[in-house]
Amino acid sequence: MDWVALSGKRAKGKRPEYFEDPALDRLYSTVFAMAAEVSALRERQDTIERLLDENGVVKREDIERYEPTREAADERGLATRAYVARIMRGFQQEVEAMEASDPPIMDVVERLSRE
Amino acid sequence: MNGSTGTVSVPFELTNHRLLANLSGQLLKGEPMASDLPPPYTALTRHPMMPRTNHDEAARFNFLTHFNRYLSGTVGAGNKLAYEKRVLPAFRAEHGRDPEHRYEIRDGMNKDAWHRVWSALKRNSMEMRQHNGRQIVLRQLDELDAMAKQFNEHSGMLELDPSVEQPHYQTSVDIHCQPGGYHSEEREDDVTVGANYDVGLFATTGGALGGLNDGGGTAVVGWAKQERPDWEPKRILDIGCTVGHNAVPIAQAYPQAEVIAIDTAAASLRYGAARAAAMGVTNIKFVQASGEDLSRWDDGSFDWVQTTMFLHELSSKAMPRILAEANRVLAPGGLILHIEQPQYSDDMPLFEQFMRDWDAFNNNEPFWSAMHGQDLKQVMAEAGFPRESQFVAGVRAVVDPEIFPPSPDEGEEDFGRAAIWNAYGAWKPSEQAVAA
Repeated sequence: MDWVALSGKRAKGKRPEYFEDPALDRLYSTVFAMAAEVSALRERQDTIERLLDENGVVKREDIERYEPTREAADERGLATRAYVARIMRGFQQEVEAMEASDPPIMDVVERLSRE
Repeated sequence: MNGSTGTVSVPFELTNHRLLANLSGQLLKGEPMASDLPPPYTALTRHPMMPRTNHDEAARFNFLTHFNRYLSGTVGAGNKLAYEKRVLPAFRAEHGRDPEHRYEIRDGMNKDAWHRVWSALKRNSMEMRQHNGRQIVLRQLDELDAMAKQFNEHSGMLELDPSVEQPHYQTSVDIHCQPGGYHSEEREDDVTVGANYDVGLFATTGGALGGLNDGGGTAVVGWAKQERPDWEPKRILDIGCTVGHNAVPIAQAYPQAEVIAIDTAAASLRYGAARAAAMGVTNIKFVQASGEDLSRWDDGSFDWVQTTMFLHELSSKAMPRILAEANRVLAPGGLILHIEQPQYSDDMPLFEQFMRDWDAFNNNEPFWSAMHGQDLKQVMAEAGFPRESQFVAGVRAVVDPEIFPPSPDEGEEDFGRAAIWNAYGAWKPSEQAVAA
């Protein structure tokens, strides 16, 4: 069984097109899959560091079996939350911008040149 | 609520806050959470049938848990802003009135740049959850299939019937964008779809369903034990059980009862029966059968008929058929209970209805919108449950507060996903009451 090929099977049912340009839909899929991979890598790095702190040596099996304590899980959870906030800044700031409704910068430039 | 057949109507806004706080006493008694961070994937209970995850597979689910919360919270707020600042003013300018139906809001929002971005993010998050889950399951499918076979042969808790047809409402699209739906097989007698459902549900719900993903079932049990502490149902039917997440807690809470959990999908039942056996539960049987045809059971066979987050997976013709069959097999004095997200009503703002409808169109939930638009009390009355025997209660997942934070419900609800539900039920009138 080719589990790599089979795992990517599409779900039956037409996928909504979210953007005018289908390339953008494809790009979103890649960008966020990569975001998940970077997050997993960061978590793996943290696991290695914690195991090294504890034991001074690390075996691959220890990494795969690692389960954080409640305290470590909270530290890692906070780190993941901060990571998500960094990669999502553009989206988050667009929400803020919708709330603020700033005028175009040229309006401000012109006003300051007058007043 | 006094345990009789009194009608209790719960205004929608109450179900999310005060009443729930009351009903979820168990949650509130726990120590306050150190933070509102979601638990790590490794906090899940690894029962023997649960597919094993390596470090990075668990870490991918951790990312998705955070990502989903971010989408529903921080940037989810953008949907209402886009509606109030752009979509609603444009609608008013064009039509000279406010929207009168959630579909009118949807038409406008689907053209809005922000809502499209947000929807694309959310759709991708679900697709990533499915892909990660399938990689985990398929790479160890030989072991999982062998283990399920062994559990099921020894327990005698699985009864399949290949003559049961897969209903069109289960096969027209793959529900929840789960490739293969809940019924398809990757190869003969496999457990892929059931195992994938179990392994990834955590990420979709942010851990709000507890260590065994069984928060729906624990909510039902919590309600029933509070409502009728001394009730001892002997025969319980769970219709549309999939892998039995929500039927198993009922079997565990009523060890003297026999629970029959039915579904049309053998691929889910195989996993569910093995999961229950692996957890040491013995008073439950997983039977392949359709809720539309319960003819193998006589009138009044059950003291309790349960559906949990199932009615919205049906169709407008199937739902009344199933409810009528449920009424027939329920003994007088017995309980019927349906756990669902709140129905849309005139009290619920149209924008909220639109947000709750998102899954219908973006997450392959094709009956979600029509089902939630119906007056469930009327549907149940037509199926034979008199209105005066009906009630609505608010319930929420009962989870270990030491590990699992309660579902966010203060302005950050993930519409349609939070582990907070309405219980629509009825105590079937006793024969004396009917005769009188």
